[in-house]
Amino acid sequence: MKRLSSPIELEAIRETITSQRDPNKPCITICSGTGCHAYGCEKVASAFREEVKQRGLDSKVDVRTTGCHGFCERGPLVVIRPRNIFYQRVRVDDIPEIVSQTILKDNIIDRLLYTDPNTGEKIIYEPDVPFYKRQKRFVFGNNGYIDPTLIEDYLAVGGYSALSKALFEMSPEAVIDEVKKSGLRGRGGGGFPTGIKWESCRNAASSDGVRYVICNADEGDPGAYMDRSVVEGNPHSVMEGMIIGAYAIGGHEGYIYVRHEYPLAVKNVQLAIKQAEEYGLLGNNILGSGFDFSIKINRGGGAFVCGESSALMASLEGKPGEPRAKYIHTTERGLWDKPTALNNVETWANVPLIINQGADWFTQTGTENSKGTKIFSLVGKVNNTGLVEVPMGITLREIIYDIGGGILDGKKFKGVQTGGPSGGVIPESLLDLPVDFDELTEAGSMMGSGGMIVMDEGNCMVDIAKYFIGFLEGESCGKCVPCREGLKRMREILTDITEGRGKDGDIELLERLSTVLIDSSLCALGATAPNPVLTTIRYFRDEYEAHIKEKRCPAGICKELITYQIIEEKCPGCGLCVKACPSGAITARGKKEPVVLDQEKCIKCGACYDVCKLGAIKVE
Amino acid sequence: MQPEAKQLEKRVVSVLDNYQRDKGMLVSILQDIQAEYNYLPRETLEQVSQGLDVPLSRVYSAATFFKALSLTPRGRHLINVCLGTACHVRGAVRVLEAMERDLDIKAGETTKDLEFTLETVNCVGACALGPVVIVDGEYFGQMKTEKVKGVLENYT
Repeated sequence: MKRLSSPIELEAIRETITSQRDPNKPCITICSGTGCHAYGCEKVASAFREEVKQRGLDSKVDVRTTGCHGFCERGPLVVIRPRNIFYQRVRVDDIPEIVSQTILKDNIIDRLLYTDPNTGEKIIYEPDVPFYKRQKRFVFGNNGYIDPTLIEDYLAVGGYSALSKALFEMSPEAVIDEVKKSGLRGRGGGGFPTGIKWESCRNAASSDGVRYVICNADEGDPGAYMDRSVVEGNPHSVMEGMIIGAYAIGGHEGYIYVRHEYPLAVKNVQLAIKQAEEYGLLGNNILGSGFDFSIKINRGGGAFVCGESSALMASLEGKPGEPRAKYIHTTERGLWDKPTALNNVETWANVPLIINQGADWFTQTGTENSKGTKIFSLVGKVNNTGLVEVPMGITLREIIYDIGGGILDGKKFKGVQTGGPSGGVIPESLLDLPVDFDELTEAGSMMGSGGMIVMDEGNCMVDIAKYFIGFLEGESCGKCVPCREGLKRMREILTDITEGRGKDGDIELLERLSTVLIDSSLCALGATAPNPVLTTIRYFRDEYEAHIKEKRCPAGICKELITYQIIEEKCPGCGLCVKACPSGAITARGKKEPVVLDQEKCIKCGACYDVCKLGAIKVE
Repeated sequence: MQPEAKQLEKRVVSVLDNYQRDKGMLVSILQDIQAEYNYLPRETLEQVSQGLDVPLSRVYSAATFFKALSLTPRGRHLINVCLGTACHVRGAVRVLEAMERDLDIKAGETTKDLEFTLETVNCVGACALGPVVIVDGEYFGQMKTEKVKGVLENYT
């Protein structure tokens, strides 16, 4: 491959790539995101390749493995382009039929279609599926079309045209102005205006002129995986954003900091860097513009706190990931004490869109102070688990019910947790809240990086608070006292409450401790840590009180406060639970006789409850 | 010097060279060494310290700070129980407890026969399948306490 040395050459190669592709040629795209991987999509993909080869259709059909399509609940997903026929839960056995019927004869296979649970209607085309219909997939949309391991696929959908525009038609200041005008705010959680960050980084003094650009892909939020899917599924879009950002701030070196739990992301980014270098889109003299920029990849070591900018930079320097006080911003003194612009994956991926289509286009979507779209990972007790990209300002109800298809097993909605461990739980009464940076903060939660965990009546809010505090206690770096000791104490109090040792005044004590953490922690990890506790107290105080005063867990979760009981009328004495019980607490009394549970021996592991198909075991 | 120690040296050096002995790549270097040895033997830390010209205390502090790094040998099979929020609300703790009972170890420990190491992880991004357990990179979704024994039997 010859390095491209001008925008004209870039357009010429794009022309060559697209002219070699017949837009009407059927292309079987198989989602290879993490969810589908776990469902075995690899076997599906190789079965397709094999089938196509055996039938001698190589020249007539393309088979392409792509990044995550988003509708993880229904994986493995197969979409046949260009008609966008949407097949879900595809198995290896289905493949000969798909090829012989759908590809060769244009027949739709009914059983593989998605059925709208509300109308019972079978849906043929991907854009008509309710899960996708309400979304605006600006950042995420190309994931379903391109093979992330091929730069040609990215070029075919217009990739690197924004870079070419920025380098040859815009000054660095103009790039910053456009990003400022777009109102783009950091998608990693803080929501800081990206353009302003870049501007202060560009203007910050650097003795030797060195400035760094960093992509934060250390997605540590438990229950959130949108950054992973963007990096894995469309790494070039992130890199293109970074190169544009580097040009804007005057930096020549960049880092992508990826969680080590994301091996596929590491692999795809490594490959993407290599390809971009070969094409002259990265490295020295990019596209002949005279601008140099290189990207290195660095793997995080599994520390949540490294998502914090100064901790991440410490880790990049080979030190333990401990944050520092940020009296001086990292835009002035960041990595190796040089001005550094750090943005999250999704923020970077938005940049090429803004440069290409303009700030005016970008600001058409969203609310007054939150522009554009946001990708959420909609998970938990919701029917359609997956990644959704929605315009800012959409309500929680629309996300959970219209896109998410409502609550699992027809249960009752209780709350939705946004913002990860730094966010809070939002109750049913606020379901019509428009989702943007400020509204969520107002409600005591935050946007965070985009985790959205739906909870139903079977989830205990005190347990959830304890879960997050326990998580943060483990992830606290231990450098500052309020966070290190405060979280420990809060976890102790919450544990007492969930184990029946709660007492009057505990709630108030939790609130007081929270104030201390908010006011005096060194970094945002500690300062936002009380949010899960404060919001659950604010919206579910009665549940705390039931634990403390009545020693009762209304949701039936807290082990010490519940008992498992056999509902005799429903129990046919099948003995499944007897086998499942690890402590020998259940004895059979013969067929058709209900079993007996010995409370003394019961360790409340829930094995019997899980195994009983007849609902003959209840929790009280 | 014992033959084993010599070999150590070579493997460490090759990892160091992969990263051009860049101090900033310390964490990545330790991860690669761990991938080689399954854990971080003391000697390797000493050699990294020498090779990068970084005090041993610094190497040690990084090696103990990051969860992904282990100073003790780990089992042949690595079990990761996902305790991300999505898995948590779907009952991951009960699955973990069943694992602990079955293997007779606590999370973070290794069985005496060095067969299994049981660890927890904060989200692997397979939330649709929660609760998820990953054994040696293989995903087991929609886990329940009753499925624990069956999963482990695949590996014994």
